Amino acid sequence: MLNLIVLVPIIAAVLVLFGAPARKTAFTAAILQAVTALLSLLTYDRLGPQFQFIQKTVIAAEWDLNYLLAADGLSLVMLVLTGIVTLAAVWVTPEITRRPNLFYACVLFISAGCAGAFASQDLFFFYAFHELALIPTFLLIALWGSGERQSAAWKITIYLAVGSFVLLIGLIDLYLAIPEQFRTFDMIKLQEMARHNVIPAAAQSRPYIFLLIGFGILISLFPFHSWAPGAYASAPTPAAMLHAGVLKKFGLYGLIRVALPLLPQGAQHWAHLLLILLVGNILYIGLVTIAQRRLDLMLGYSSVMHMGYIFLGIAALNVIGVSGAALLMFAHGLSIAALFAMTGILRERADSLAFDSLGGVAKAMPFLGAAFGCAAFASIGLPGFANFASETLVFFGAFKPAVASEALAGSFKIATVCALWGVVISAVYMLRAYKQIFMGEPSKAVASWTDVVGAARIPVLLLLTALLIAGFAPKTVLNYVKPSVEALVPKK
Amino acid sequence: MTPLLSPITLEVIVLLLGFVLLFVESFHKGENKSFMAQTAIYVLAVVFGWSFFTTGNAGVDLSKAFYSADATALFFKRIALLTTIVVLVMSLEYRGVLSKFLPQGKPGAGLGEFYCLPVFTCAGLMFMASAVDFLLIFVSLELVTISFYVLVAYMRRSTSSLEAGVKYLILGALSTGFLVYGITWIFGLTGETNLIKIGEILPELLADKGRLVGNETAVLFALLLVLVALGFKVAAAPFQLWVPDVYQGAPTPITAFLSVGSKAAGFLILIRVLEPFFGIPAIHDKLVCTLAILAGATLIYGSLAAMPQDNFKRLLAYSSIANAGYLLVAVASVRPTDSTFGSSGVAVAFYLAGYLLMTLLSFLVLIVVANHSRGDDIQHFNGLAKRSPLLAFGLLSAMLALAGVPFTAGFWGKFMVFTAAVGAHQFVLVGIGIITVGAGFYYYLRVVAAMYWQEPNDDTPIQISGLTKITVIGLTALIFILGVFPQPVLSMIEGPKTIVHQAPVHMAEQH
Repeated sequence: MLNLIVLVPIIAAVLVLFGAPARKTAFTAAILQAVTALLSLLTYDRLGPQFQFIQKTVIAAEWDLNYLLAADGLSLVMLVLTGIVTLAAVWVTPEITRRPNLFYACVLFISAGCAGAFASQDLFFFYAFHELALIPTFLLIALWGSGERQSAAWKITIYLAVGSFVLLIGLIDLYLAIPEQFRTFDMIKLQEMARHNVIPAAAQSRPYIFLLIGFGILISLFPFHSWAPGAYASAPTPAAMLHAGVLKKFGLYGLIRVALPLLPQGAQHWAHLLLILLVGNILYIGLVTIAQRRLDLMLGYSSVMHMGYIFLGIAALNVIGVSGAALLMFAHGLSIAALFAMTGILRERADSLAFDSLGGVAKAMPFLGAAFGCAAFASIGLPGFANFASETLVFFGAFKPAVASEALAGSFKIATVCALWGVVISAVYMLRAYKQIFMGEPSKAVASWTDVVGAARIPVLLLLTALLIAGFAPKTVLNYVKPSVEALVPKK
Repeated sequence: MTPLLSPITLEVIVLLLGFVLLFVESFHKGENKSFMAQTAIYVLAVVFGWSFFTTGNAGVDLSKAFYSADATALFFKRIALLTTIVVLVMSLEYRGVLSKFLPQGKPGAGLGEFYCLPVFTCAGLMFMASAVDFLLIFVSLELVTISFYVLVAYMRRSTSSLEAGVKYLILGALSTGFLVYGITWIFGLTGETNLIKIGEILPELLADKGRLVGNETAVLFALLLVLVALGFKVAAAPFQLWVPDVYQGAPTPITAFLSVGSKAAGFLILIRVLEPFFGIPAIHDKLVCTLAILAGATLIYGSLAAMPQDNFKRLLAYSSIANAGYLLVAVASVRPTDSTFGSSGVAVAFYLAGYLLMTLLSFLVLIVVANHSRGDDIQHFNGLAKRSPLLAFGLLSAMLALAGVPFTAGFWGKFMVFTAAVGAHQFVLVGIGIITVGAGFYYYLRVVAAMYWQEPNDDTPIQISGLTKITVIGLTALIFILGVFPQPVLSMIEGPKTIVHQAPVHMAEQH
């Protein structure tokens, strides 16, 4: 099952590179991937062992390095997210005239990288699959992007390369901090070990800070965020959807999967720093987002800002907070992908995405207006959408964090209060953008635009439906996430 | 052990091959000398295959020998053979350029020697891989260096090649002088040239404080001289100044040979020579500190200077300096306590194996592209993805591997180097490494950007010969196979592990 999710896009990409019909192959692969991911979620036995669908091939026995695919609830939710967003991303892609085969191969490679990273339970493959997405992003942005595409491509590539390398150093340091007889790349075994506190508290803080900075750069943690908005604004639609929606969640997933269980003391040691940075994400970047005057840049900044909430949930170190963070990863992935998809639809019609050159779009394109409204409300955190449910959980978790010192718990309260203001900030920029773009009387040019019709509506609807399901019945997702989180979050 | 399978037969065959080829060249009247290179390629390939069936002389008491055939030595012999094979393939591609810059006697004149000399270099490298005695080290090093003197300056009508030749000759001779002087000091102190014996005598010499005052200073001075000489060979800063000009001026196949073969040999000797000294606590710290400074300087210089280069060949020269830096990081990460994994010797050997594949592949593609575009600047690679998808993909893999992306051989090299560094708590070097890896992504990907982003200057597809095609495909495949399955090569390199492991044993005896 998992092999199918990971390898189908890779095989499809290779076929496309060798000249198979690009769009058809990519589309088939995306459907196959999404359906398999959903099927695995449905067939996952929630009463059974934590990890299921295990597949193992030995790569290097003396290091205990294996090609090990296995999934628990958390991985499966992320895999479903990957499947849905990939499908939507391939679907909304407009006709590519220049080198379509290379384009679709790159998109498929990014998707394979995400799926591989979420399905691997071996540190090397977990890390390596994420890097698989690096070069395709480099090519996608530079070749098919818009605006300052070349400099954006350089910036994101170098930033992410450095981030990944810091992460690698962190993983090495973590690996060497484990007593020699227990060393392994097997993440399932590592999780077992975490229950027995194999790494002494004093040795935890250095690997944790490397991991935090490494993952932080990949997630666009303040102040390492500056690669993200420009890259998302310049990237072609499917690249922006996959990157902001799915690939960026890799870092958060990694923090939950690797850093939390193995380095709980390290996490507490650096909690103050993380709180300051994440408030920077929410408030500082929030204000920067308000100042944006272009839709694509605004969405780029907003996606950086929302990472702050997820960090807050993870920092809380308790089951509620981390489950909320995981649910928010899912919800944010869907909502930002939907927003970027619709931005792409607008970009096909408009010369510029600056707010003052648009207006009254909802009259010309009623479907897009309604759908964009839904996605924008979801992104703000309106009840009914998954974002609301998960943000609530995060705030609850962060108000009573599982930390030892009173002072730290106090700081968490302050940070949570600051984060709550972030919701107001989101409302300000999203609603203002919506008003300026969609409300009012359309200009002549805008009035001539045709709405999205027929099958082209499906990808956006798909994303919104998933958001609504997870919003009205968060249990559907939480039931899968919670047992994994309980196994991963350190016990007191 | 049957005599035929004794490891030294490998060198003997290679030497014989060289002499036979020279003979044939002197009596052959035809204009086409390509058959010589082809013969050499096939014979060396057979020797390469044979090397897997030879058994090492593990039982021999190395303190009485000068020739060792342990796993490390065999591994480095294979590196030398593989490098030479690919260099000869490149030379065949390069013969057009070469004959343009040779004195115009009759057509084809002077090409034959160009195919013979690398074979002798290869023999020198193979002897060096086995040398555990300063004398054999010196003699084989000279065999290598002298054949390089000729090869670097081979294009007699090209001023840049001549300039490169002169630079290489003068600095090479200087470094040889340093090496001999260093060996003399060590011999004077210990009365031995055998490295294992030196390792046994040194601790006694230093422990006996009453006998000779200032012994430690003398040992350190000798070591410094050797380090300077080897610094020249491996292109470590501050002894790297010759590299860019020589690499750019020399015939491209020779540049590739220099940057792979010569570097591998340099590092092997570095490990072998330093190993007895690492065992002595008084020297250990100072040595590690010196090596760390060298490593840091080399990394920074190589990476930062590579960034603004517009000429691809020169860029590869700086990249070769930067890679020497990563290798030195591993050498500087030998630590008193030991772990089962991540020891520096394995890291160096594996890094070199990966480095060999990717560097040779880049130079091979460079030669083909330069032939068709009449230049080796980065802009001559514009639109290569359209002109020849195979070459573009090959170069893409090589660049990704050099940058250290996972699923390529280069990743494991970097991984092991930095595992050793983190394990030895060399965090300053790790910090420098973070910056230089970032810089590396920039300058390696510039070529990728040229190949995939830009439109070609002319649209004609590039034709490549069968042998070159096979080599490109083979090297590319190896880069990815090693990137996913590093185990086969790892089990080949069991030797260096024991070398590094010896250090703590000595320490334990001391305390």
